[in-house]
Amino acid sequence: MTSLSPAPRSRGLAVFATLLAIALLVTVAAVGESVRAGITTSPELSTFSIWVMAAGLALGAVTLWAAVSALRHSFRSASEEAAGEVLASRASAAQSRQHSFITFGLAFAVLIGFALIQLVLINDGNIQRTFLRGDLMAGSALDIARAFIVNIRLALISGVIVLVFGLVLAIARMIPGKAGAPVRFLAVAYIDLMRAVPAIIVLYLIGFGLPLTNLPVLSGLNAEWFAILALSLTYSAYVAEVYRSGIASIHPSQWAASRSLGFSYLQTLRFFILPQAMRLVIPPMLSTFIALQKDTSLVNVIGTLDAFNQAKFYASSTFNLSSVTVVAILFVIITIPQTRFVDWMLERGANRRKGA
Amino acid sequence: MAFIELSGIEKSYSNHQVLKGIDLDVEKHQVVTLIGASGSGKSTLLRCINALETIDSGTVSVDGDVVSGPGVDLDRLRRKVGMVFQSFNLFPHMTVEDNIAVGPVRLLGEDREGALRRARELLERVNLDHRARYYPDQLSGGQQQRVAIVRAIAMRPEALLLDEITSALDPELVAEVLNIVRDLARDGMTMILATHEMQFAREVSDVVVFLEQGKLLEKGPPEQIFGEPKEERTRAFLRQIVEAGRL
Ligand SMILES: Nc1ncnc2c1ncn2[C@@H]1O[C@H](COP(=O)(O)OP(=O)(O)O)[C@@H](O)[C@H]1O
Ligand SMILES: [Mg+2]
Repeated sequence: MTSLSPAPRSRGLAVFATLLAIALLVTVAAVGESVRAGITTSPELSTFSIWVMAAGLALGAVTLWAAVSALRHSFRSASEEAAGEVLASRASAAQSRQHSFITFGLAFAVLIGFALIQLVLINDGNIQRTFLRGDLMAGSALDIARAFIVNIRLALISGVIVLVFGLVLAIARMIPGKAGAPVRFLAVAYIDLMRAVPAIIVLYLIGFGLPLTNLPVLSGLNAEWFAILALSLTYSAYVAEVYRSGIASIHPSQWAASRSLGFSYLQTLRFFILPQAMRLVIPPMLSTFIALQKDTSLVNVIGTLDAFNQAKFYASSTFNLSSVTVVAILFVIITIPQTRFVDWMLERGANRRKGA
Repeated sequence: MAFIELSGIEKSYSNHQVLKGIDLDVEKHQVVTLIGASGSGKSTLLRCINALETIDSGTVSVDGDVVSGPGVDLDRLRRKVGMVFQSFNLFPHMTVEDNIAVGPVRLLGEDREGALRRARELLERVNLDHRARYYPDQLSGGQQQRVAIVRAIAMRPEALLLDEITSALDPELVAEVLNIVRDLARDGMTMILATHEMQFAREVSDVVVFLEQGKLLEKGPPEQIFGEPKEERTRAFLRQIVEAGRL
């Protein structure tokens, strides 16, 4: 059995993991204590910092435990090797190495998490008091959430318009033949222009410009509709490009197959190319839609009372940004379920076509 | 008048001339096989016949009607002349039966029920009725190619163009596809096929055409082309094929 190759090395890694875990514990204790000592004005914050320190130490202990098992397995591996049990020795060494890597991962995560919280607490909780004052957040939350409905409405209505108009633009851009040239040119010009001009400028021009034009219907719209118009015009250009990239990434052989059956250009797009392209464009489409949602907060420049505008009222009357943090949190809350939903949808689609 | 008539077909890509004046007549119920080295223009010629490529000069006529040049209803032409590709090209987002029924439903105005029933009948003929509800990704290459043939047949074409339909298949899957073509030939389907399966070509063809660098160098009945080719280059080509163990 001398031909068996020996177990992988594990000792150095395990020793390093152990030292790292100990260093982590020391760091958490030292940093945590010095930050806690700096908190003098708020007893609640002081208590909180003690809890954070305790949690950090507990997680540090878990990390140390993983490191110690790495060491244990490494020693076992050595004794098994000495006894000539190479296969067992290899397994133990592998276990040891795995525990070492778990230690590294844990240590990294604990350190980052702990450091972030300490950043909030440091300097007598300055960051916390500027951005995260619970009382101010709670006090403003209801009004801001109510104003946030405006953001959601803007995003949804513009989103629908953009999906349709973007597709029209994408197809206009791809119209074949000589006769299609002027249409193609217009589509390209529009897309280039709208992608070049910042959304906030379009919004500003429309929001303040249209009312001055005395155009029938258009100049009489309220600010919310100006916002929808501006966001739709801007984002249609992006979405048109998303559609186009999706359509372009369908292999030409699909066109050949469809055309050879006798389907026309537009029928081919409708029945075969777009349905396949749609699936491909869902992820970039979602990114664009999330960007659109976020840009609804730009409407405060034309005076629409959205969540950000509402939060700014609170911020300027309390000289504190905690209410604006509430807006940030609201955006996070509505965005995350969307990304998970799209993940789920893509997975389901893939499963249906592959495994059934 | 022959069913498909090609005269003086020329085709270039930028400044590379791929077809250099091809004349060819294909009678109804005839099977014509194109052979020739890779790059000799077989695929291009087939694609020109159903206008997937536009030709630079010459004329294509099908069933007595000139179908090249401006003002032709290409979609109608293509319904008459079906095509099957080397890479199957099934629609991956549709089930097998929908791949087959979509043409009859959308283009021939058949009702969905009837079209699906017919799709399953056709699938039964190629022993694939148990795969009707599968998606193309879930089938082997041979099965996909059989579906692709059925999809073309479902449009009730008057002629079929088959472009190296077994070249992308593992060797053990070739026979199942060729058997179907054999059945079609026996049923009198007019076909033009490009292939490297010389044994098969010899067996099913009425006429074999040897293409070289965009020119039709020699044509004749299979016994003559494979047995006593007139042109030295045809002989050289066939020798290579024999050496590769394909004949
Ligand atoms: N879309 C294309 N663009 C440019 N050249 C092409 C194109 N399609 C085919 N060709 C060229 O035309 C020649 C003939 O190709 P093809 O008809 O595919 O030959 P075969 O099918 O006999 O192998 C080759 O030289 C090939 O490189
Ligand atoms: Mg070819």
